[in-house]
Amino acid sequence: MLFADPIAAGPAAIPQDRRALVSLRDVRKSYGAFEVLKGISLDVGKGEVACIIGPSGSGKSTLIRCINGLSPIQDGSITVDGQEVNDPKLDKLSLRRKVGIVFQQYNLFPHKTVLENVMLAPLKVLREPRAQVEERALSLIAKVRLTGKERAYPGELSGGQQQRVAIARSLAMRPEVMLFDEVTAALDPETVKEVLATIRELAAEGMTCILVTHEMGFAREVAHHVYFTDGGVIVEDGPPDRIFREAQDPRTRQFLSQVL
Amino acid sequence: MRQPAFQLGMARLRDGGVLRGLRAWHVAVVLLALAVSLAAAATRLGTLGSPSSALAALIDYAPFILRGFALNLAMSVLAMAIATVLGIGLGLMQISEAPLIRLPARFVTHLLRNSPWLVILFLVMYLLPIEIRLPGGGRIPLPDWVKATLAFALPVMGNISEILRGAVRLIPTGQWESAEGLAFTRGQTLRYIILPQCIRRGIPPWMNWYALLTLSTPMASIFSVHEAVSNAQASMEAAGARPELLLPFYLFLLCLFFVYIYPIAVWTRLLERRYAVR
Ligand SMILES: Nc1ncnc2c1ncn2[C@@H]1O[C@H](COP(=O)(O)OP(=O)(O)OP(=O)(O)O)[C@@H](O)[C@H]1O
Ligand SMILES: [Mg+2]
Repeated sequence: MLFADPIAAGPAAIPQDRRALVSLRDVRKSYGAFEVLKGISLDVGKGEVACIIGPSGSGKSTLIRCINGLSPIQDGSITVDGQEVNDPKLDKLSLRRKVGIVFQQYNLFPHKTVLENVMLAPLKVLREPRAQVEERALSLIAKVRLTGKERAYPGELSGGQQQRVAIARSLAMRPEVMLFDEVTAALDPETVKEVLATIRELAAEGMTCILVTHEMGFAREVAHHVYFTDGGVIVEDGPPDRIFREAQDPRTRQFLSQVL
Repeated sequence: MRQPAFQLGMARLRDGGVLRGLRAWHVAVVLLALAVSLAAAATRLGTLGSPSSALAALIDYAPFILRGFALNLAMSVLAMAIATVLGIGLGLMQISEAPLIRLPARFVTHLLRNSPWLVILFLVMYLLPIEIRLPGGGRIPLPDWVKATLAFALPVMGNISEILRGAVRLIPTGQWESAEGLAFTRGQTLRYIILPQCIRRGIPPWMNWYALLTLSTPMASIFSVHEAVSNAQASMEAAGARPELLLPFYLFLLCLFFVYIYPIAVWTRLLERRYAVR
């Protein structure tokens, strides 16, 4: 059996090493005069799965993009594995090798085959030998259950298959933490399952994951910790059981009553 | 009954049998047009004077004119090669993040695109020396046809620069973002991800500019470059400069260019349509 019964299994036990891999302190971020993040603090330990939930426009995508330095912050600090993300002296490339990101719109490279999509970054960015990269790429393609599609172009795949290629492409850089931004939001219900299965497997293997999701059932099942954001702040956070069963804040309750 | 054959022909055109499609339809149309125009010329000349002597003169001088046409083709291919290389360079400068590179490149692009070709031709012909002296003492001669070639390359270069900028802008920002997330540098992103996707989009307009460039090469006759039009004029002069020569000689020139350019135009349209579908 590849996957344990989701309900019975629950999240994998958090490893003893709770040293924070990703750490945010009072992060503030504005677009012009509009402040999107108004002081966000959170810690994600190695092997931990953190889910961020919240209404549309609450700044979830912005938060994710700040973590790997895709957009700069105005105040506060973000560290990944002890490196300050907004340090101007920081080598952005070394940060991004550690942090994989997968977007809602898979953004595969349409002129490259599945195999080439997965191999491109390790070949050109990490400059690893082709044979080694190909071996790893093939095993990642197998892991996301797309063996046989290596030579297909993204345009020939379903949305769910494309998203799994995007996950494999990101994993090919051997990141220490994976960021997922509503990766199932553009998919139909059947393919959502395939993609969630892939993420679930990753989480079970101990990959540190930060995921923004609207799949509350999934968040409840895989997350060690859930953050509810609204209006640029974390309104409430805690273990999934507490957030989903006995949320304290009325905003959390109202949001959950709408989506559950 | 014609319907299925017609649809078959269309399907063939669509399915990438470009050359077969061209053979089947367009060469036939071109040859027909050629025959009709020559016949019309002959009858019209019949009322004016001695058609046989005019046509005989044309047949006599055709090889000379064709040799000139070979120069038109050589100039067009060379100018296009120069325009492509320099245009891509200028286009890359246009999308640079450094204003000191981007703004001058944008200015040059606009200047080249929005100047009359004839004015550029005059400027280049008068500004360039007849030879380049190398520091070592060697000399590279710059014959008029080479200068004219450079002059034709300039406006096309500006347009290729703009094609590149437009094509890069049309690539969804998600491509840049996912590349950035995978730790690609900007240069690597352009080279491996963005530019390869632009080639497809860029080819039809690129071919279009090639056709326009080729059609402009007769302007070089102003400077007595021995290309087709210039040679045709010299031939008419040599054949007695009779007015009844004008029509067959110029029609012949028209057909020459048409036979060369029309298939390119058709092919461009096919590519445009094929890329639009995907
Ligand atoms: N590049 C930008 N420029 C200006 N405003 C932006 C930009 N990106 C996001 N915003 C604004 O920031 C706010 C938060 O956006 P964000 O995409 O982070 O929300 P979200 O929580 O991910 O929403 P959703 O659930 O709809 O994806 C929104 O009000 C949005 O309009
Ligand atoms: Mg979002």
